[in-house]
Amino acid sequence: MGRTLFDKVWDAHLVDSIENGPQILYIDKHLIHEVTSPQAFAELEARNIPIYRPDQIVATADHNTPTKDQHLPIKDALSKKQLEQLTSNCERNNITLYQLGHKYNGIVHVMAPELGITQPGMTIVCGDSHTSTHGAFGSIAFGIGTSQVAQVFASQSLLLKKPKSLRVNVNGKLKKGVLPKDVILYIIAKIGTNAGTGYFCEYAGEVFEQMSMEGRMTVCNMSIEMGARGGMIAPDQTTFDYIQGRKFAPDSKDFESKVAYWKTLPSDEDAIFDKEYYFDAEDIEPMLTYGTNPGMGIKISESIPELSDASFEKSLKYMDFQKGQSLIGKPINFVFIGSCTNSRIEDFRVAAGFIKGKQKASNVTAWLVPGSKQVEAQIIEEGLKEIFDDAGFELRQPGCSACLAMNDDKIPQGEYCVSTSNRNFEGRQGQGSRTILASPLMAAATAVEGKIIDISKQLN
Amino acid sequence: MKKFTTLSSTAIPLSIENVDTDQIIPARFLKATDRKGFGENAFRDWRYHKDGSVNSDFVLNNNIYSGSILVAGDNFGCGSSREHAAWALSDYGFKVIISSFFADIFKGNALNNGLLPIQVSEDFLKSLLQVIEENPSMLLQVNLEEQKLEVEDVDLVTSFEIDAYKKTCLINGYDDIDYLVNQKDKIEAFEAQKMY
Repeated sequence: MGRTLFDKVWDAHLVDSIENGPQILYIDKHLIHEVTSPQAFAELEARNIPIYRPDQIVATADHNTPTKDQHLPIKDALSKKQLEQLTSNCERNNITLYQLGHKYNGIVHVMAPELGITQPGMTIVCGDSHTSTHGAFGSIAFGIGTSQVAQVFASQSLLLKKPKSLRVNVNGKLKKGVLPKDVILYIIAKIGTNAGTGYFCEYAGEVFEQMSMEGRMTVCNMSIEMGARGGMIAPDQTTFDYIQGRKFAPDSKDFESKVAYWKTLPSDEDAIFDKEYYFDAEDIEPMLTYGTNPGMGIKISESIPELSDASFEKSLKYMDFQKGQSLIGKPINFVFIGSCTNSRIEDFRVAAGFIKGKQKASNVTAWLVPGSKQVEAQIIEEGLKEIFDDAGFELRQPGCSACLAMNDDKIPQGEYCVSTSNRNFEGRQGQGSRTILASPLMAAATAVEGKIIDISKQLN
Repeated sequence: MKKFTTLSSTAIPLSIENVDTDQIIPARFLKATDRKGFGENAFRDWRYHKDGSVNSDFVLNNNIYSGSILVAGDNFGCGSSREHAAWALSDYGFKVIISSFFADIFKGNALNNGLLPIQVSEDFLKSLLQVIEENPSMLLQVNLEEQKLEVEDVDLVTSFEIDAYKKTCLINGYDDIDYLVNQKDKIEAFEAQKMY
């Protein structure tokens, strides 16, 4: 029987199997940040266990960093301590750290791919559930808890049970104004927030084959929002071209042999998946969420469904929406373009393309937060910053920012935010905040109009 | 890690689906650099209003319910990988979480902290929630060795699944680090001959 992309990468990293128990999986790259690593460092120190392979760990500061005045000392004492602890832990253990202000600093799932750290066929972990992003390159990448961070520190390995396999196929051609974010929001709305639990997902079909690496990262990023530990897309020429020449990419003499190996990774034609879904690209429209989990999404042309269960009603009450309501015309005061889902250069190009020559609506506070220092530099270099400045938008400095509102970037109580991030949980963007997930195009359009519009009508 | 063998306790019914880790412990409390004290802020924004006053509608504030077992709706622990969620529940005093479905990462985090996630059928969950709501002082019995969950007084009983390795870890208080560190020879041999 043929093997899947996942099988091939998993099998190549198998150290051993425990009888009637988990398997030992070798981890190539371990990414860490300030929030989920300190307790793991402390655990190892308390048990007097050294870090086993410090050269396979890369650290960045992202979750808890300010997005303004990064050159100044951090005001919040707890945040400051957490960042200082990351620095001292990395120094003490010889771990590469791209700290605040470093030219390679950024959100862990933006900076690692853009530096060429993320490569096909690798196993990559990080104490962050959106580690699934890196699966866009055909790697097995998934989020882990802090105890597991400590396990990887101690052994460069994890004890895991092999997950089941799931494939989501989307064929056909996407309509104008439908972005990768809409594709993944559509998939999650269709299959639900726990359809992927216990599975590793592969995305296949023409839509993903034609997608840029940035788009593939957006899709794989949100795999966890349907419960899947990770999502993968088969590596192809688009993948190889993206990697070639990046700082930590294989050098030119090794590159061809690497590519030859990477080309063996895609799922065999006769591979069988435990579960498969098929969708038609033409059915997808710009998407919005209306509830408090990412599965509660509708097409822009649709109305909020009329379900009657307690959790659904609790969710609508929190959002102050009614059953059967359309979101078109809803006034919005906050817009956030950023997060590990949508803060790459392509996302800002899309936003700038819509905003150019227009003005931000006066009722809207809009935060544009690049995913990394390199993205920020590129925004300036390509002249996008000027477009944003002219239209009254604020370009901030890189970080996770209002996606999880650990820093000062919080949406006020009761306010709606059209956000390109990945989670619309209660209070996710600040206590009492109400998140509507959308693509960077929808977010930009909302900021300009001051309300939600049907972007597909404006484009066609 | 704390050992877990058996438990007899009353339970608290949280009949909400898709309880995510942002509700269990909101991000603004993730700034601590040790594992202690997260219980104080467990379910913070459901336990308290924004002005700091107690939300008496929330089940954890209803003093007819108590105990170290939380019985929750489907897909418990979805969202972020923050192990702080497991630490918060443990620190609050929970030893067992019962649901009809757990998110993957949360389940692993719970097991790594001696907090036992028990998955039951949707029908069983429904019956169990009803029993607790009708009689909050009803005792639940958990036996990990026998993989059995029981409410003796009403003859409600079910077996539950758990990975054999994880079960041994919980009963003996071992964790994965102990195991992996002892596998160094195999890991080094793998590194020396890896094919990719």
